[in-house]
Amino acid sequence: MSVLFALTIACYVASSLGYQGYVLFQKRPVYRVSRIVLWVGFLCHTGVIALRYFEAGHVPVQCLHETLFTFAWTVVGVFLILQIRFNLMVLGALVAPLATLCVVIASILPGPPVELDPLLKGLWRTFHVGTLIVGNAAFAIAFLVGILYLIQERAIKDKKRGFFFRRLPSLKLLDSMGYSCLIVGFPMLTFGIITGIIYAQMVHGRFWNWDPKEVFAGITWLVFAALLHERLTVGWQGRRAAIMTIVGFVILLFTFFLRFLG
Amino acid sequence: MVEKSEIIVIGLNHKTAPVEVRERLAFSREDNLQVLEIVRQKPCVDEMVLFSTCNRVEFLLATKNPSKAVEAVKDFLADFKKTPRQTFEQALYVYDGDEAVRHIFRVASSLDSMVVGEPQILGQIKEFYQESSHCRACGVILNRLMHRSFSVAKRVRTETGIGDHAVSISYAAVELGRKIFDKLEEKAVLLIGAGEMAELAVEHLVTYRARPIFVANRTFERGLELAERFKGTAIRFEEVRDYLTQVDIVISSTGAPHYILVHNDFKGVMRARRNRPLFLIDIAVPRDIDPEINRIANVYVYDIDDLKSAIQENIDDRQREARRGERIVDGAVVQFRRWFQSLDVVPTIVALREKVEEIRQLELKKTLASLTSASEKDRAAIDRLTAALVNKILHDPTVFLKASGDKHKHKDKQSLYVNITRELFNLDERNNRE
Repeated sequence: MSVLFALTIACYVASSLGYQGYVLFQKRPVYRVSRIVLWVGFLCHTGVIALRYFEAGHVPVQCLHETLFTFAWTVVGVFLILQIRFNLMVLGALVAPLATLCVVIASILPGPPVELDPLLKGLWRTFHVGTLIVGNAAFAIAFLVGILYLIQERAIKDKKRGFFFRRLPSLKLLDSMGYSCLIVGFPMLTFGIITGIIYAQMVHGRFWNWDPKEVFAGITWLVFAALLHERLTVGWQGRRAAIMTIVGFVILLFTFFLRFLG
Repeated sequence: MVEKSEIIVIGLNHKTAPVEVRERLAFSREDNLQVLEIVRQKPCVDEMVLFSTCNRVEFLLATKNPSKAVEAVKDFLADFKKTPRQTFEQALYVYDGDEAVRHIFRVASSLDSMVVGEPQILGQIKEFYQESSHCRACGVILNRLMHRSFSVAKRVRTETGIGDHAVSISYAAVELGRKIFDKLEEKAVLLIGAGEMAELAVEHLVTYRARPIFVANRTFERGLELAERFKGTAIRFEEVRDYLTQVDIVISSTGAPHYILVHNDFKGVMRARRNRPLFLIDIAVPRDIDPEINRIANVYVYDIDDLKSAIQENIDDRQREARRGERIVDGAVVQFRRWFQSLDVVPTIVALREKVEEIRQLELKKTLASLTSASEKDRAAIDRLTAALVNKILHDPTVFLKASGDKHKHKDKQSLYVNITRELFNLDERNNRE
């Protein structure tokens, strides 16, 4: 394991702890330090990915190990970008541990085989996996935000103003952040699926094979498409939108593992 | 030996005096200047600040004769307010020394307020202080004390959560509104009925730039009146349901014996609103809004009890934070005492002499070290010379400082001179280093 890799994990762990500490004790300096540490971790992470790219000559998304690793990078990246627009401070307490978990699992999993199947190379595939990963990262964050929304909504509806009511931001902010993630994630997902279909045509000679991962990818797309449609036409928001985001992400996760483990 | 001023506080507040007594003794703004003029003319009063709010009337004095000053203030109150002394004497408290300092710090930090942590008191205290310094009623002691109290109050506010959470119904409504809508700006408000609490809540929403405001009242004229006050629009009582699609916050406070809004009224409303959240605040008893409505998605109903229990939690929180505030105050009292004690003439003269003597010794050592050829006799002569110089130079300041307290016309100047001396010669530097 390279030094940069170890540094990435260390930064993510430290930043996870820092964000948790911020949620518990509400001290702003803790938050600021955690954010800086997360940025440092992200830069190290970027470094690792860049090195791998130059070593192997392809974007590291070929096996579960690489994909998880790149996925964690994208999640942190999307989070850091969103953070600039939405100052959603408690979200770090969920995103940083998620990234940590992915990176740690990736570090345990075996690396890519030395000789790559030539089928797995190529521009289309890189696009296919790359866009899907960005989409997944956006939906992962939407999922976390959705959970926060449900917690906060419950607190307000039940009039229980406990630990979370204080610490979580307003419903409006959570809802519009979830929406932003959807806006970013959905085109990515769509593009990923289209490139996948083209790729399937190139490799298998058929656009659609009805294999389970394709079916589930289709279902995921339909769920998010329905959500986006409802949001745009009748202004769906709040609890129902949050639940649907969560359901959509769970199916997405299932599809993801179906691809690599199935 | 000269006497030094002491700090005392004589006053009463909401804890010691019922409102009947407080309102009888409270001074109006116009009275204040007059009171300052009269009381500070009294020979036993050196410096003074007067506080008079609806919860407290207090005289903060620097005096060389505390017991006489207390009597003078009591006499003055009885005389000025044409009230027999026994009506208020029971309620009066007198603090001196550290206790007086602590009291002022606590008042400014809102630790002594009826609603602990309420933010207005500091502004009021600042105004009263300004008035007093405008009349030149403050000297070096109270100036320092007041400025210290401002910074203590600021520290308490920023370092503890004492002012964090809403403790009044209307603030609770605002806090909740912000948890739902994030910003209250441009959020439409509908007030149904009238009533002090409801109007206050609307006022608070308006300060957060909620608008437009609609007012529905059974008597349209009353509605018009209220609408004018909030720069809003009066609507007819029967129109309330139609407006549910346009407003974001509803505050209801009518005397109706039954629900004004029931579950059925919301059919189609949320669809028409494109599911935008709706926050209903029911301040009326008996209630105006069916609590069942709370089950509709994106609609939040809070009644008076919900708001009250929200506040109670916040009050408990503030109490906890107040204890941290007390610790900050304790530290500040000790610091202030250190400065105050240094204002005595004798320690100042001693410190002054010590400092100059230290300089003399240092320079002497340097010079003698380079004068290797000088005899023992020469060295002694140089030593005597420098000692004489120091003594001559310090003679007049010493005499002046000693005398400053004696002169009657300068009764409040002594602390000033001592303070200037300390600053001029930087005498506190050593104290601070320790």
